[in-house]
Amino acid sequence: MLDNLDAVILARAQFAFTVSFHFIFPSFSIGLASYLMVLEALWLKTGQGVYANLFRYWLKIFAVVFGMGVVSGVVLSYQFGTNWSVFSTRAGPIIGPLMAYEVMTAFFLEAGFLGVMLFGMSKVGKGLHFFATCMVALGTLISATWIIAVNSWMQTPAGFAINAKDQFVPAGSWIPIIFTASFPYRLVHTVIAAYLTTAFVVGGVGAWHLLRDRTNVGARKMFSMAMWMAAIVTPIQILAGDAHGLNTLEHQPAKVLAMEGHYEPSPDGASLILFGFPSNEAAQVRYKLEVPRLGSLILKHDPAAPLPGLSDFPRDQWPPVPIVFWSFRIMVGLGFAMLAVGLWSLLARFRGMLYDWAWLHRACVALGPAGFVAVIAGWVTTEVGRQPFTVYGLLRTAESHSPLAAPAVAASLVAFVLVYFAAFGAGTYYLLRLMAKPPAPGEKEPPKVPQRAAGITPAGSVGVPLTAAE
Amino acid sequence: MYSIDLTTFWAAIIGFAVMAYVVMDGFDLGIGILFPSFAVGDERDQAMNSIAPVWDGNETWLVMGGGGLLAAFPLAYAIILPATYPLMIAMLLGLVFRGVAFEFRWRDPGHRPLWDVAFWLGSLIAAFAQGVTLGAILQGIHVVNDAYAGGWLDWLSPFSILTGVAVVIGYALLGATWLIWKTEGTSQRHARRAAFWLGAGTLLALAAVSAVTPFLDYDYWRRWFAMPGVLLTAQVPLLVLICAATFFWSLKREFDRLPFLMALTLFLLSFIGLGISIYPYAVPRAITIWDAAAPVESQLFMLVGACVIIPLILAYTGWAYWVFRGKAGTAGYH
Ligand code: HDD
Ligand code: HEM
Ligand code: HEM
Repeated sequence: MLDNLDAVILARAQFAFTVSFHFIFPSFSIGLASYLMVLEALWLKTGQGVYANLFRYWLKIFAVVFGMGVVSGVVLSYQFGTNWSVFSTRAGPIIGPLMAYEVMTAFFLEAGFLGVMLFGMSKVGKGLHFFATCMVALGTLISATWIIAVNSWMQTPAGFAINAKDQFVPAGSWIPIIFTASFPYRLVHTVIAAYLTTAFVVGGVGAWHLLRDRTNVGARKMFSMAMWMAAIVTPIQILAGDAHGLNTLEHQPAKVLAMEGHYEPSPDGASLILFGFPSNEAAQVRYKLEVPRLGSLILKHDPAAPLPGLSDFPRDQWPPVPIVFWSFRIMVGLGFAMLAVGLWSLLARFRGMLYDWAWLHRACVALGPAGFVAVIAGWVTTEVGRQPFTVYGLLRTAESHSPLAAPAVAASLVAFVLVYFAAFGAGTYYLLRLMAKPPAPGEKEPPKVPQRAAGITPAGSVGVPLTAAE
Repeated sequence: MYSIDLTTFWAAIIGFAVMAYVVMDGFDLGIGILFPSFAVGDERDQAMNSIAPVWDGNETWLVMGGGGLLAAFPLAYAIILPATYPLMIAMLLGLVFRGVAFEFRWRDPGHRPLWDVAFWLGSLIAAFAQGVTLGAILQGIHVVNDAYAGGWLDWLSPFSILTGVAVVIGYALLGATWLIWKTEGTSQRHARRAAFWLGAGTLLALAAVSAVTPFLDYDYWRRWFAMPGVLLTAQVPLLVLICAATFFWSLKREFDRLPFLMALTLFLLSFIGLGISIYPYAVPRAITIWDAAAPVESQLFMLVGACVIIPLILAYTGWAYWVFRGKAGTAGYH
């Protein structure tokens, strides 16, 4: 029994570790793929060399990020079977087809056109190359859609029946399975999160180079583009997050109460706890700093509206409150920090000193990695808040795992930690090195263009290298 | 009746995905396995260049095989993966190193030898783990109440090690023949020499695995040697012989493409042989494909997509290969 329990905890740790690592890369590659598409479109439209240069600058970075996203993703698709076999058997008929569609409609699309996008600039025409870039960007978005559908079904399951083998099976139509109650909110919030993450990386890199050389054309362009994103998209993200929270209150109230730290019901208006130390054992938040009634105002849009408390739910259905409480505050805090920078950039633009305000640039460098932290914090809130269930309210995490011995899982967990830190640590270092180089006019293509034999020249190949466009 | 046909059809689709993976990532992994034998510099760069634009697409078939299994045969997925746990983890970690090496070796010339070793070891481990998994499935998995009921090292046996070695040699053969096609000069000569020995090794390994398999279980024996089925099954070894002869002949005549095509055919024939041994089991002699099948609704939903999308995938994958047709050069990277 003890052995059994250990295996569950180890399997959870392993899944949390591998999925968190994985999502770092997609949240960047989804945004970067779209950014590259925009850059290439602007280049084709205006013919300005600065766009071509920026395209090539970020393309090298994209290649590294995407590679790490792929290998860490392949790991995940097998982890469902290796570590969560009971979950796979029982939920497989529902989530399996959705993930199969993800492979067929998204992964092949990304992978199929990636080669042309990375190495094909001199082999196919400009139009076809742009098409390949668009297909890769589209692939990342389609992929996000399917996997979010899967995750949302696990959060707010619908449209299923349970068959004689105790499996979740479709009850008829697939529409309610794909479009569950939380799906639209989660999809919008996650995709915007990926765009914001990318915007702040691009902005941070631009700011870094502006601090060194305010006249660098590429740095100015990317910084300006990123700051538009920050100023326009951050408020949208906050509104989307608010709507998401209201939706969650309706469908997973215990999760929201955990995020808010409300153990006791508040019959005449809940406060908003800003900080404090929640404890599931004591069923209370210690040392809390709170604003009366603001909680009800945010969640119910009415300062006097009553809210339940966790004590209204059976204790064995409480998520681990401290984790959710803190991860939620980290995400929201970073969201408001991003908003502040976005507004600051508007002010700077208005005053005509967007490229000269060193403190703004320093703030942007500091917030460069903020998106990643917010994204992981957001997923931790979502996933830990779903505990103790894998399929919310229906299948417990403790019943979902594979019949594996604890030593086997412990050994694999250690192996994952070692390999991921070595491989992705090196990758991160290479990324930082690429970003530390200022964007120069005449950026080269990624340095390993596979060549064709002389003599076979496909029609429509661009004879002039891109750099000539400068 | 209707659902039986659907289930068989899905078994065929997944068989196709696994086969596509084996041959396509097979030559990628094979190049990785042979990597240390290439001279530093041009030979290695050419080898890497010949697969850099396509390896990701090739690896996606692995995700398709795994994802398809989860979707169409969740029970089989949930039994085979825990039963081969250490192998799966080793394979995945191997693929991590193999995959990142493609980018990293160009990013960091100072540590290129290190990433070359990672590329080689990652490929070798992934290939070996896949081969051992094949052996583990063939020799049988201990199933009680629709769940895996064995220990975490049950897969380990002389037979599974044999299949592991066989797959490593076979992949290396695919890699070498691919290089004969895609390279020129010393690389090509080198690959041709390697292909000769690897061809011989593959045939030997194939013979050994085929000789042992019927003795693992009477059921396998019956399938291969009982009358009148033997009239049909005997065609497989016959075709293997013809294919082998063509292979060596084409090597000797210094053809560019035929050796690769013959190596592919050899894999296809082995795959048909495996099909004869296993069908209609999803987990040999424990769970049939019908026991493991997802409900009709799930299979039907995916089928609609698969019939439209898989041909499309094949079309644009073919286009991507065509864009990078011809010999992979050495120039172009600095
Ligand atoms: C919101 C987006 C999102 C989320 C929540 C996830 N992924 Fe992911 N995944 C992507 C977005 C993405 C992507 C953008 O499509 C990636 C990132 C880099 C890439 O190559 O594609 C990708 C790659 C990727 C790959 C490699 C695809 C290939 O071979 O090209 C696999 C197998 C998975 N993922 C599987 C998963 C699983 C099983 C997840 C859940 C536990 C998961 N991903 C969460
Ligand atoms: C990529 C974004 C995601 C992140 C960062 C993430 C994060 C996490 C974390 C931190 C846990 C551990 C929770 C705990 O053990 O208390 C977890 C568990 C889990 N998640 Fe997610 N998740 C993501 C997406 C998904 C998706 C898309 C699915 C479904 C397809 C999923 C399915 C699961 C399952 C099955 C578990 C294991 C059960 C558990 O321990 O809770 N996750 N995830
Ligand atoms: C400041 C305002 C924000 C609010 C009010 C907010 C609200 C929320 C809520 C309530 C959840 C959990 C939903 C659930 O599981 O039921 C969530 C999840 C999440 N948040 Fe935020 N968020 C904000 C900002 C951000 C920012 C700035 C990012 C990233 C750049 C981000 C990324 C995420 C991600 C990736 C998830 C997990 C996926 C999901 O469930 O949507 N959030 N957010």
